[in-house]
Amino acid sequence: MPRYAPPSGAKTLQTHPVSAAFAGDGTCLSTTDIAALSKLREARWRPGLTEQPLHSEIFASSDDASGAGVALALARDALRVASTGNADPLAGTEDHRQVLWVQDARAIERSGRPCVQGLPDELRGRLIHVAAQTPEDALFALEEGLKCRDLACVIGEIVGNPRGLDFTASRRLSLTAEKHGVALWLVRLEAQADLSSARMRWRIEAAPSATPRWNHDAPGTPRWKAELFRARAHAPGQWILNNDKGYLRAGRPGVANSNTAISANINLKPDEASTAYPRYLARATVGRSLAIVARM
Amino acid sequence: MNEAGRVAGAQPGTMLADARTICPELVVAPADPAGDLDFLEKLSLWSQRWGPWSALDPPDGVLVDVTAAAHLFGGERKLLVDVQSAFAARKLAVRASIAPTAGAAWALAHFGAHSGPGEAIVPPFPPGACKEEMMRPLGDLPVAALRLDQDVLTVLHRLGIKRLEDLGNIATGDLDRTEKAARDALHRRFRNRKSPSANPLIRLDQLLGTVPEPLLPIVPHHMPMVQRRLMEPIRHRTLLDRVLSDLALDMVRELEARGQGARRLELGLWRVDGEVLVRRLELASATREAAHITRLFTTKLDDVDAGFGVETVRLRASWTEALALAQGDMENAAEAHGTSISACIDRLSVRLGPQAVRRPVPFASHLPERAQVWKAPLELLSASQMSFQNHYRPLKILDKAESIAVLYASPDGLPQRFRWRGTVREVARVEGPERIAPEWWRERSLVRLRDYYRIEDNEGQRYWIYRDGLITDGRGGAPQWYLQGLCV
Repeated sequence: MPRYAPPSGAKTLQTHPVSAAFAGDGTCLSTTDIAALSKLREARWRPGLTEQPLHSEIFASSDDASGAGVALALARDALRVASTGNADPLAGTEDHRQVLWVQDARAIERSGRPCVQGLPDELRGRLIHVAAQTPEDALFALEEGLKCRDLACVIGEIVGNPRGLDFTASRRLSLTAEKHGVALWLVRLEAQADLSSARMRWRIEAAPSATPRWNHDAPGTPRWKAELFRARAHAPGQWILNNDKGYLRAGRPGVANSNTAISANINLKPDEASTAYPRYLARATVGRSLAIVARM
Repeated sequence: MNEAGRVAGAQPGTMLADARTICPELVVAPADPAGDLDFLEKLSLWSQRWGPWSALDPPDGVLVDVTAAAHLFGGERKLLVDVQSAFAARKLAVRASIAPTAGAAWALAHFGAHSGPGEAIVPPFPPGACKEEMMRPLGDLPVAALRLDQDVLTVLHRLGIKRLEDLGNIATGDLDRTEKAARDALHRRFRNRKSPSANPLIRLDQLLGTVPEPLLPIVPHHMPMVQRRLMEPIRHRTLLDRVLSDLALDMVRELEARGQGARRLELGLWRVDGEVLVRRLELASATREAAHITRLFTTKLDDVDAGFGVETVRLRASWTEALALAQGDMENAAEAHGTSISACIDRLSVRLGPQAVRRPVPFASHLPERAQVWKAPLELLSASQMSFQNHYRPLKILDKAESIAVLYASPDGLPQRFRWRGTVREVARVEGPERIAPEWWRERSLVRLRDYYRIEDNEGQRYWIYRDGLITDGRGGAPQWYLQGLCV
């Protein structure tokens, strides 16, 4: 699991270099390029990003399993990225590390326990379940799990806004996760989005599933309406997520067809960017400065 | 039964009432076989003062190997005198003997004349001695001295073989016609008895040393134990924590010296007023980390009532496992990298209880609530050839299926609109049924079958519901609907 690091402008420039005519002289940077760069720099979230945050919160209803489903889908996405990014040829291909799933008593009562047959294949034999009585015990278990180097990731489910889960507690979780490099997806059931230090915060609702190919009356591949309302490295946005054949895919909201998923690599051409935005109109940078580019 | 009782007329096997009639002054103590065996183990360890190793001979004997050790006591005769006096000093009656084989020593000790120490010593068999020579000091003993089963003794008695000499003559004597026939008959009679205690010929050979007799030596096993006797009784928690961490360090050193790790630890606190408080700890895997041990015990000491103070603290590892010495981490980064999985599970199960940390494991049943069992997290799973291939299972299952109220059913009996947890939901899509019959070999005959459906409501929430029974199955009234699983 790579450590979290905020994307730097220099790195973005390296991966998407400006054309050679403008590179030497910062004043000549045209609005087209600024728009293109800004669009790239904005780094909209998409599945399969290599730099994944280690502490995410997912707000969901306790009347369905969409929160846990999205948490599992995000976790599998992150684990897959981490395993493909591993360049060591001697490393084992299969990940045998355990996954810790912590629930407090109310979460078990409201939304049930994980069912081993319903888990994804690769997690079926690797789940350790912790049934904590109180939210405080659940937080303790989460923190102990994050300290453990032998865990692949930690998934937590806590109902409501207990007193123990305040900003300090979430900050503890963030710091522990980033110190030890174990990722946490905390599902907050029926909770208000109060202060928290989670690096990414999602709001999830169930969405009507895709129509299956053969039986149109049956529920198809599950889909969720996902709203990323706070993230350090990404702009907020809304997606329709689905988990097609074990791969997390994101589509635009409002487009019912799942085939128009955003591809993992955005190869933006400057003329596309200029048609999307007027030529001499400055674009909102969503809190990010262009100073580095201007200096070049 | 002691000698006085025997003289008064009591015998083994007599009923207690009869024995009391014969001798009203009889003192009775209940039998304690486990305690006797325990005492015998201790006794046999103690007997190793006369020889390098010893073996138990339950119920009442100890065998000590004194080969080449007798000269340390000034000869075999003096050794026996020493044994007699050592046992007498402990108020134990003993019949000791020395012989070249364990069988011969046993025979002499149990059935020898015992007029003096010299009688109980059989000199070493000279090499190349014939069997008659070797038999000579033992020939007068009864055949019971061969450690035989009672039925074999009966057979020998009926055959007229009463002393070892008789048996020895038949087994090895001069070859004339009748003796040869008798020997063949004896061999045939015991040909199929492979156990030594059922075959007098094997026992005889063991007695004479021509057949080896394996004995199981008793080996002392020391539990690693460390303790602190405190100069002043302590009453405060901080001091106790300090003592505990010192003890843990000592214990780790002790374990390290043996190349072992602790699986179970017992902490005993001796209070001034004589009370003993014991706290036990079991670990998921062998551990030799002082900080880990201290930390786990710290949570268990919260309810300790020190009273007038604790004067002795003792830590004992009653269950240890081999744990090879490992090289310490070369870099501090690895130290900071986190705990291992077993340490993590120890910490979780000490605070939350062992029932809270478990792993779901598939179980061979089609009923969803039975299809998984919860096992300890680091337990090795038994290898299974195949798992049940189920049609579809939801990600989460409620502990108890919740009843749903069907407000409007479609013509084929499926709910079109239902209420669950106070919300009315419209069913948009359905897939099913998956019929799961009750497990008739386990359940009562009135349990109904279940038809499972996977549904999605018009907001996209997906559930797994079932109908409990059919209208026509004759096992109750109209079938109820239940919601059991929450799908992804």
